[in-house]
Amino acid sequence: MRAGTKGRLKIYLGYAAGVGKTYRMVQEAQALRQKGIDIVIGYFESHGRQDTIAQTEGLEVVARRILTYNGAEFEEMDVEAVLRRKPAVALVDELAHTNVPGSERLKRWQDVHALLDAGIDVLTTMNVQHLESLNDQVFHATGIRVRETVPDWVVDEADELVFIDLTPRALRNRLERGVVYAPEKARRAMENFFTETNLTALREMALRHTAYEVEERLVADPAAASETSGAALDSQTAARTERILICLTGRPSSAILIRRGKRVADYLHADCLAVHVKVNETDREPVERHMSFARNLRIETHVVQSKYVARAITEFARSQRITQIYMGRSLPQPWWKAFRETVVQQVVRRASDLQITIVAERHRSSTIVS
Amino acid sequence: MPTPADRRPDPEELLRRVQDTERRESRGRLKIFLGYASRVGKSFRMFDEGRRRKERGQDVVVGAVQSEVTPDIAETLSRLDVVPTISTKHAGRTYEVMDMTALFRRHPQVCLVDGLAYDNPPGSRNPQRWQDVRELLDRGIAVITAVNIQHIREQQDEVERITGKRAANSIPQEFLNEADEIEVVDAPPEALADRTGNKDMPDSRSLAELRELALLLAADVVDRQLQDYLEAHDVAARWGAQERILVCITARSDAREMLRSGLRNKARFHGALLVAYVEQPDLRPADREKLEANLALARELGAEVHCLQGLDFVQTILDFAREQRITQLFLGHSGRPQRAWFGRTPVDRLIDGADGFDVRLFPHEGKP
Repeated sequence: MRAGTKGRLKIYLGYAAGVGKTYRMVQEAQALRQKGIDIVIGYFESHGRQDTIAQTEGLEVVARRILTYNGAEFEEMDVEAVLRRKPAVALVDELAHTNVPGSERLKRWQDVHALLDAGIDVLTTMNVQHLESLNDQVFHATGIRVRETVPDWVVDEADELVFIDLTPRALRNRLERGVVYAPEKARRAMENFFTETNLTALREMALRHTAYEVEERLVADPAAASETSGAALDSQTAARTERILICLTGRPSSAILIRRGKRVADYLHADCLAVHVKVNETDREPVERHMSFARNLRIETHVVQSKYVARAITEFARSQRITQIYMGRSLPQPWWKAFRETVVQQVVRRASDLQITIVAERHRSSTIVS
Repeated sequence: MPTPADRRPDPEELLRRVQDTERRESRGRLKIFLGYASRVGKSFRMFDEGRRRKERGQDVVVGAVQSEVTPDIAETLSRLDVVPTISTKHAGRTYEVMDMTALFRRHPQVCLVDGLAYDNPPGSRNPQRWQDVRELLDRGIAVITAVNIQHIREQQDEVERITGKRAANSIPQEFLNEADEIEVVDAPPEALADRTGNKDMPDSRSLAELRELALLLAADVVDRQLQDYLEAHDVAARWGAQERILVCITARSDAREMLRSGLRNKARFHGALLVAYVEQPDLRPADREKLEANLALARELGAEVHCLQGLDFVQTILDFAREQRITQLFLGHSGRPQRAWFGRTPVDRLIDGADGFDVRLFPHEGKP
């Protein structure tokens, strides 16, 4: 739990553009203003939606900062100006946004943290598909690889989370009526991303994730300790005994492995570590990228130097009292090596007293229609 | 890999689908707003949607209103046509009953019904209001209604565990599943505490538990609807938002450890736990006994056990996992250390064939 001086973060969580996150957030901002609370708009994206624009009337806006990049002008939240203004509450739309190069911070969620650190409460919005841990699942279900992501811990640490629901049918009606996008864009959106199946799958993810966040806050609540409910009991007893180790390489599938291992660790309240066995200098750059990705998700990372990958993993696992090893599938072997064991096979043989999880890549399911 | 064409539905299934579709087409659409407590704003959202639809030119009437309304609801109601309920006294209690005759005569496009779980007095057309709603739907009138999770019959044990109270009136969950649309009205419990004046409001912890229950219930309904939709369109979905764990049991596996872990994962992910074994005709008596003991344990722990038939263990498991949209498959390590020569071990083949799910290998019994 955070210290008293830090600002409180409230997230309006949806599953697609147009479900009404920003609308609800602005409504609440108006309610706060009427109560006499000092609130400003730090960043607000109307997408040209008239009813949302009308809602902001009377709210003070901190002017955006204009940056030039590659000859084009971009507008970003002026974090310094908001800090100088120092309101009690700032409204900052689209938490998952990536700032234009040249900004002080890479991501808007980092800007938001700067405000929180200065004691400013923040209201913000995001869609469930921007959660890092769901990235592969979203790709699997919708075929869309979301590029702008927010680490799960940012959402986990939010003080309040509200799920903004709208049924896929109602959302598609709104698109048809041109409420969300201009007609041409709306038509393309409905044929691609906003299909009934995609929206339904994303909505289910959002519902389940909100339920998870609600439960996490229950478990974290000290009053919960005395309860006999399954989840509370579980977190008291078995919680810290599980330790998950993710075996990182320079291969692209390591990103999936990291997300998957961390997600399971989070749900099981397990510790999560990552190790890379360095054989030589190849793959240095991708390995470093994966390591920093893991650290971003608050995974403790280690590097071990050894020529014998499987042995090094097993020894490291034992020294760290690991209960579960997460590995990616080994690459298919050329025929002349077919009689040799793969690294996975070797680890399975050496660590038969541990749980070993082999994570498969998540492909786009091929047969989805809308 | 099976394509949708491989799983042709039988004729009766097709007939059922056609009938379902026909019934649905003539039936009015049902939309339900689901909330986890009173005062989260369900009724307001329902009437507000009615108002917006009316503004867009739809013929909307209000069929039932709750006795106490907040100022914002009263304001919304003032812009809508209301068919008043009929007040009836029975055994010292006053009931508000929807005026079905008037509603049928009026026959609007959309009818707004608050207090879905209300009881009608004895001798009424239907014992409960949700049955009145069903009649409206059957006559082609679309209904928008609102219900609180404490009134869903199948959830009442859980609600009682959380709050220590049980609502007297309820609707079957099946009616919720019938809805064309279900929308969750969510709000943080802190927001409800502000709206004072209700002594019956559960404490914030109970509210959080009710909130989780409502979200998960909605997720299950949504999941069902997605699967129905995909099935109706002959699409084999191999993914889902829910974690689904398959524990593969053999004579040699340490079933207790796998099931314990499976149950824990199921509980934490609010997922599904399935147990499967592949029928082997030439099993030695000792192994058969061991397998039976493992299966008995699985059933005792409340798992759904599937007996699979197939000549090839690995392919049978892979097919079943795909069909069941499994996300994690639990399996024991190979019994004895096996070096993969040219021939691959079953575990190797399973890992290679695992498309879109994780394979977790478990130690055997007696190992440290």
